[in-house]
Amino acid sequence: MMPGRVRASLRRWNDLLASRLMLVVAVFSSLLVILIIAALCFKARPILASYPLRELFSSSWQPLRGQFGFRPFIAGTLWVTVLAMIIAIPPCLLAAIYLAEYAHGRVRAIVRPLVDLLAGIPSVVYGMWGVLFVVPLVKDYLVPFAREHLSFIPLFSATNSSGYSILAGGVVLAVMVFPIIISVSEEVLRAVPQELREASLAVGATHWQTIKHVVLRRALPGIGAAIILGFSRAFGETMAVLMVVGNVAQIPSSIFDPAYPLPALIANSYGEMMSIPLYDSALLLAALILLLIILVFTILARIVLLRAMRRAR
Amino acid sequence: MKRLRLRRKQLEERFFKGLMLLATLLIGASLAAILMTILIKGLPALSWAMVSHLPKGGYYFGQEGGILNAIVGSLYLAGGATLLAFGLSLAVALFLQTEYAGPTRFAWLVRFSLDVLWGVPSIVYGAFGFTIMVLLGLQASLLGGIIALALLILPVLTRAMDEVVQLVSPELKESSYALGATRLETALKVVLRQALPGISTAVLLAFGRAIGDAASVLFTAGYTDSLPTSLLRPIASLPLAVFFQLGTPFPRVQQRAFAAALVLTLIVLVISVASRLLTRRLTRHITR
Repeated sequence: MMPGRVRASLRRWNDLLASRLMLVVAVFSSLLVILIIAALCFKARPILASYPLRELFSSSWQPLRGQFGFRPFIAGTLWVTVLAMIIAIPPCLLAAIYLAEYAHGRVRAIVRPLVDLLAGIPSVVYGMWGVLFVVPLVKDYLVPFAREHLSFIPLFSATNSSGYSILAGGVVLAVMVFPIIISVSEEVLRAVPQELREASLAVGATHWQTIKHVVLRRALPGIGAAIILGFSRAFGETMAVLMVVGNVAQIPSSIFDPAYPLPALIANSYGEMMSIPLYDSALLLAALILLLIILVFTILARIVLLRAMRRAR
Repeated sequence: MKRLRLRRKQLEERFFKGLMLLATLLIGASLAAILMTILIKGLPALSWAMVSHLPKGGYYFGQEGGILNAIVGSLYLAGGATLLAFGLSLAVALFLQTEYAGPTRFAWLVRFSLDVLWGVPSIVYGAFGFTIMVLLGLQASLLGGIIALALLILPVLTRAMDEVVQLVSPELKESSYALGATRLETALKVVLRQALPGISTAVLLAFGRAIGDAASVLFTAGYTDSLPTSLLRPIASLPLAVFFQLGTPFPRVQQRAFAAALVLTLIVLVISVASRLLTRRLTRHITR
């Protein structure tokens, strides 16, 4: 009788122990975001304490002289990211509509894995493609073209002819965010109830009219979320952008200018930061700014997506 | 008049359908351009000597040698990170079952924060990992790299595993409970076995994500010319091999970057194909 009872209590004990362990790990993983913010805040405190905010957002970046102005980097990040989104959004939405509404099962069975593959390609490989393909393309074709025909528009003035530019970064980033925008918007489009489409088709609308007036209207918030997710992915991307964007700390005024985005600053300056006072603090402040901006966007997008998907059910 | 309107409707539909096809082709073409660039540059650089030798005379300046250090280093880093993240993910995914957390606010919170974590850029994981390492007095090392990468893939892995664990049929679990099994026994012997195909796919994809990431290992793992000998020593990796050696002015050194990029892309391709085959093969014995 005894051994059986011992075994039974051992099994119960194991079960309890395992459930406690799982709870601890689950709590840890849900607190990880806060943990990261706290650690970065802790490290960024010295520089926040010794400089007023206005000075930290000035455009003078000279760590050796103790000047840490983040404006060129924030501007650089915004330029590259916004350009990437302008390039990426139209083809992504069209492709997502095609895959969700028109494509045959067989076509989708080919395209979906390709999109997943695009998502799996490492960022340095994108970067290498940028250096070997996109940068020469910009340098040899787009810069001369802009000089010839577009020089009267300040946005396209090509004073930098190296090819390492916001445009090159934008193109590489755009291709990198294709998969996320396509797969999230396709999912959202598929979640639109079939009955809505049938009602529209039944009153004589064509397939495209149904998409335009019924499906897209219903899926709009979710598509917005897909775009925001793409935006925040592009905003934090480091290596691929760093390799093609030129890395000059200035406020850009044309898409052919070089820029220096925040993530590139963090990645590039790690070797030198230990020897200069407050430099490491400044870089971790940069990481904190990056993280906070991305968190706001991601949380927003996630809430919209949750709503959109729940309504679909 | 009516006929004309009909024509316009159809024209518009055709026009947009054409645009959509064009957009889909553009996306396919950019993938093709990337793969072609990697192949054209990488294939001539790739040889047995390249993948079986260490770089000689320093990875940045040395003209001789190969990328064995980066290949082995990347396998160690990604393998270690996947192992660590798998342990944590397994616990969280099992915890999110109805037997433990249930459809509670806390379960919702865990899932939501994992989704948010998924958006955190890898450079931030790198900076965070580095901060922790400074706190612990560690230098750039295999261990540091493993920790940073494990944090990076934790959200992807956990959410994927959570999804497959949720799919296990409740009837099956109930029969296990009816026989007197505890929650833990049911989880390990019934749920895990049922979810195995999905879990294997998730693990493979997480490994692929870990092996390709550069920004998080940049400060946490460092770089070296030699093979890994200890958890506490710096270690080389394929993404950083591409990043560092592509930027040199020496063509011979750049060859190593091209080869490393090709090897990395091949690994990711194989993983992507393998996970698809695995899903197909393992789902044969699953009850739904």
